[in-house]
Amino acid sequence: MHTFDLSLEHMTKMEGNANLDLKVVDGKVLDVKFSVMEYKRFFTEAMKGKNVMTIPQHLARICGTCSNSHIMCSIEACENALSIKPSEQTKLLRVLMMHGLMIRDHALHLYLFSMPDIFGKDAFLDFDENDPVQHEILHDGFNVKSAGNFLATLIAGRSVHATYPTVGGFLHFPDQAGIEDAIKKLQNIRQAVLRLIEIFKNAPFHFDRKTKYIALMPSDTYGYINGTIVTSHGEKFEEKEFRAHLEKTILPYSQAVGYKYQGEGYMVGALARINLAKDKLHPKTKESAAEVLNLFPSTDIFYNNLAQAVEILHSVDESVDILLKNKFVAEPLIKAESKSGAVGVGVIEAPRGTLYHKVEIGEDGKVCGGEVVVPTGQNQINIERDIGVLVQKLIDESNSAKASLDKAKIGLEIEKLIRAYDPCMSCAAHFLKVEWEEK
Amino acid sequence: MTCLTKFWYVIIDNMQDPFDKVQDKKIKIGWFSYSCCEDNTVVMTEVLNDHWQEWKRVFDFRHVRVLKSKNIYDQFDIAFIEGAVAGPDQEEQIKDIRSRSKKLVAIGSCAVVGLPAGQRNTFTPEQNEHIDFLVARFGAFPQVKKVSDIVKVDVEISGCPMSPEIFLEKVNNLVVELRQDAYI
Repeated sequence: MHTFDLSLEHMTKMEGNANLDLKVVDGKVLDVKFSVMEYKRFFTEAMKGKNVMTIPQHLARICGTCSNSHIMCSIEACENALSIKPSEQTKLLRVLMMHGLMIRDHALHLYLFSMPDIFGKDAFLDFDENDPVQHEILHDGFNVKSAGNFLATLIAGRSVHATYPTVGGFLHFPDQAGIEDAIKKLQNIRQAVLRLIEIFKNAPFHFDRKTKYIALMPSDTYGYINGTIVTSHGEKFEEKEFRAHLEKTILPYSQAVGYKYQGEGYMVGALARINLAKDKLHPKTKESAAEVLNLFPSTDIFYNNLAQAVEILHSVDESVDILLKNKFVAEPLIKAESKSGAVGVGVIEAPRGTLYHKVEIGEDGKVCGGEVVVPTGQNQINIERDIGVLVQKLIDESNSAKASLDKAKIGLEIEKLIRAYDPCMSCAAHFLKVEWEEK
Repeated sequence: MTCLTKFWYVIIDNMQDPFDKVQDKKIKIGWFSYSCCEDNTVVMTEVLNDHWQEWKRVFDFRHVRVLKSKNIYDQFDIAFIEGAVAGPDQEEQIKDIRSRSKKLVAIGSCAVVGLPAGQRNTFTPEQNEHIDFLVARFGAFPQVKKVSDIVKVDVEISGCPMSPEIFLEKVNNLVVELRQDAYI
């Protein structure tokens, strides 16, 4: 029987730094520890004493790739605390900002991190330019990423740590030439995105598991900013009630914490969103991806990547619509009347799943507390459990075939599964946790 | 996006066959992230959108965990260090990287000035009371350091994140410096 310890240090092709420790005794997986290895940077403690207007830019620094999600979520939390209602134009610009982020972020993950697994390559840059298929994918990958980056930069100033969005509105507005360029770039990548969907539909990896899926969903459209938090079991709760539903779970070996819902792990992210709201996708997306959408709702974790590809198409289609149908003009920021003694909660769908921000403003008008719950923390318990199930399956298959166990293969299979979840360790390790059982 | 300098195009031209098929003629790159949000890594992947074809010819991405799994940790022509130094393990790694690298480049504010990743250095005594047990539990330094506190830094590219244009300019300069004898 197999007895071994397996440690994977500094896993690759993902955001941030994670380790895995696995213990197998007599052919049984006894222990799995998927741990975040980033040193804490104490962002929520550092919120204290700051002017509320600075908080979105402060919290953006939790994570580079998710930075515009943190800005968006924090702005919403701050505006709710300050009773600011954004203008209709601001709402549209925020929708576009999130679409730019979704296109760029999903494309980075799908092409550069996950695609090499499908083609048996170590890296995306190893794809062969002399092979027509691989040549096309290489160019598609950088073109799709570039279009998302262009849209994010046009609307938000930068695709990383955006400079235009702020509490009360935007500091800069897109010009007509930029809008026309963005429309062209987005229209030009649509065929590439359809090819991307086809590749992930046919990807040979599958891992079936039942879990609850949770996402923030608007009532009428497929969106990332407003709505009610819904579960795949039909439950609903409002944004400001989130703390009563998400159960913080201390992971003593990790720099991050996990979360449970009703005592169990759950999943957030593109798979949750598509499972819960595929009928609300843009009409053109539903038409072009009709066959693929029949695969949802799905319990195949690898279809999280397929769902991400579908979301790129949705973001392309909806962005083109918005840019074609609207004119954007300079407008002043909406100012808060009072800045003291308030609490605000913001909830959005970041690329990797539901993101929660809370900000507390003291009587002196300064921030006196806050909280951030990130998608990877919410998925971490399921990731850990699924790794155990996967490794057990590989051991059992090896025993049945009377074959020797290939630890390198196990390591690769584990990394592929983790990449299906698209975790972000930079986000997961940002927070201060003060409820250590051993303290 | 800044175009490559004319000088670098000359180098790339000179690295066409047979040079671009000889891996050890390429400039060996190491890319390492420490305590930070990895915004500069994201910027680097965005710079690739426009420059990946030239970079494939010129650079050997020898150790870049965000791009590949089979990383080689030996000698580097240029090591890029992103992030502040928050613990002794990171300090030892950066010293070792320095010993293997012809040029070491600190990228982004956290590497160059230690902030914002090292914001706990500025905390009040009351804030420190809330975090000290966690700093101790995971063996972090009492004070977060910038890269130049640990090793000699050849080039600094500040910014949060770094500017793509300045990054390209500095990289171009290094390419020219490292390869001009061989190719010009």
